[in-house]
Amino acid sequence: MSTLEIDRARKVYGDLEVLKEVSISIGTGDFLVLLGPSGCGKSTLLNMIAGLENISGGEIRIAGKVVNDLSPKDRDIAMVFQSYALYPTMTVRQNIEFGMKIRGVAQAERDKAVKTAADLLQMTHLLDRKPSQLSGGQRQRVAMGRAIVRQPKLFLFDEPLSNLDAKLRVDMRTEIKRLHARLGTTIVYVTHDQIEAMTLATRVAVMKDGVVQHLDDPQSVYDRPANVYVAKFVGSPSMNIIPASLDVEDGRPVAVVDIPGATAGRLTGIPLSSQAAAKYAGRSILVGIRPELFSVAGVQSPQTVSVHIDVVEPTGPDTLALFQAGGVEVTARVPPRAVAARTSATLAVDTAKIVLFDAETEKRID
Amino acid sequence: MRTEEHSARRSRQIGRVFIYGSLIALAAFYLMPLWVMTVTSLKSLDEIYGGSFIGMPKAITLEAWNKAWQEACIGTACTGLRPYFINSILMVVPAVILSTGIGAINGYILTKWRFAGANAIFGLLLFGCFLPFQAVILPMAQVLGRLHLSGTIPGLVLVHTVYGISFTTLFFRNYFITIPDELTRAAQIDGAGFFRIFFSVMLPTALPIIVVSCIWQFTQIWNDFLFGVSFTAGQSSPITVALNNIVNVTMGRKQYNVDMAAAMIAAIPTLFVYVVAGRYFVRGLTAGAVKG
Repeated sequence: MSTLEIDRARKVYGDLEVLKEVSISIGTGDFLVLLGPSGCGKSTLLNMIAGLENISGGEIRIAGKVVNDLSPKDRDIAMVFQSYALYPTMTVRQNIEFGMKIRGVAQAERDKAVKTAADLLQMTHLLDRKPSQLSGGQRQRVAMGRAIVRQPKLFLFDEPLSNLDAKLRVDMRTEIKRLHARLGTTIVYVTHDQIEAMTLATRVAVMKDGVVQHLDDPQSVYDRPANVYVAKFVGSPSMNIIPASLDVEDGRPVAVVDIPGATAGRLTGIPLSSQAAAKYAGRSILVGIRPELFSVAGVQSPQTVSVHIDVVEPTGPDTLALFQAGGVEVTARVPPRAVAARTSATLAVDTAKIVLFDAETEKRID
Repeated sequence: MRTEEHSARRSRQIGRVFIYGSLIALAAFYLMPLWVMTVTSLKSLDEIYGGSFIGMPKAITLEAWNKAWQEACIGTACTGLRPYFINSILMVVPAVILSTGIGAINGYILTKWRFAGANAIFGLLLFGCFLPFQAVILPMAQVLGRLHLSGTIPGLVLVHTVYGISFTTLFFRNYFITIPDELTRAAQIDGAGFFRIFFSVMLPTALPIIVVSCIWQFTQIWNDFLFGVSFTAGQSSPITVALNNIVNVTMGRKQYNVDMAAAMIAAIPTLFVYVVAGRYFVRGLTAGAVKG
């Protein structure tokens, strides 16, 4: 259990800069998720923390100690890999014991540690099997068991659920969360699945092109994304980013959104500082609205927008209604059967949760 | 409908007969020399000169085998093949172990501890596979001379080990490249070092390719004649050279039965290896990764 500080860490392959001065700091017991598409540098960063890749610049500190020049075994970490990386010729027990054996842990102690881990992960009956005789979920469990017996300062997970089928993935996700709650160890977890990030993390770092775009707790990342990229990457369906212009009426901001075949929507009550409102008055901006911020309104009022619904997609618990606004397709999440395709609908918007972005830099305006 | 089904089955049967017929015929054709060798080695010399060549021996005798093993004259020494058989064993066992071991380490380094220029080095090593034996005889003789290993069995071990590394490296490199790198990384985090990972993680998974490499090297080295005849003389020759001397140097009547028995003795170890480990050979050559 410990803190992790990544201080302006860089990774360079020849002329290619894979990580550009990444700084992340998390406290004891935090669950940090590095989230991003493939090629964003998240796995490279994880390998740098593990000591499997060297650090081109900057520092990484585990529990306050600089680990740049330490080999993986001296960093007091444990890692779970995407392909599980179980030793194929060893039994489950031998797999779990291997690290302890190398460190010269006595037999009695090893047995105890294996038993504890096996009980924790409910795999006592699997101990004498070979990895090839296990299902994907069981292999994942063994890989976690191997990490747990190490009692490391830091757990590293490299896309551990990507090879599992959808149902099992959800189960194992819960299991990892439970494990974290029980052990309280600091965890760094790499994934490209934003739902995993939302459900597991206490801190999310959304990465793109070797740069951390946004580092915060998951709800903040979801509610107030730092830029358009983060807004679109986190959440499914993703946040609607609608081109609009900003008016200021009596010192209060109003986002004006063009709606084809209807009067322009005027969204008031948007949280925005007066400086920003003054700066952006009369300029084009991007309005970020999560699909669930829409609701079906009974009557028209200045707060509502009238739209023409193109398509509805029922998902079961609710229905996605798609319409045009501001020149882009917008998705609204509404109750089932609330609207019908190819009809008009009056929608209200929870404007207090709207996020505005600069049209050029695509950064959030506060 | 019935007749159609019937004729379909019939044509399938004819196909089967044809396939099995031709396979059996080809097998018989290929086994013919072995048959001739076996029966000839079990006949007495008189019977052979009496005209029977392919047929079963009238009276089975192991005299020729005995003679080939311990009495036949090779040059001036009438010791039979036995000392040369031992020479070959003394040559082949260390050479197989060394070349397979070095190939395994090479393959491990080339796939799991990649360094700048690893591919170039692998490419150069592959040249060795295509290099004809004849091309290296002269420089090799000079090297052996400088090392004071000329005409000795350790010298031959060295030659075969060096020559075998190209092949064994190729085998192991192509095998280890199918084993995920995450496995070595996991072992590194577990605290295993270079050799620990090699012996505890990589080698156990490589059993099929170890078998392939051993069989390949064993047959190559055991059957080698050119290096044997070039770099050894007299008492330190391997069995292939001795066999050649038995067969080619004759006084009086040519002893076909002894020649055949000697050839069989020289071939038995490789045959034995194939029979015992042959299925691993095929499996190892066709196997991809050991799924973990």
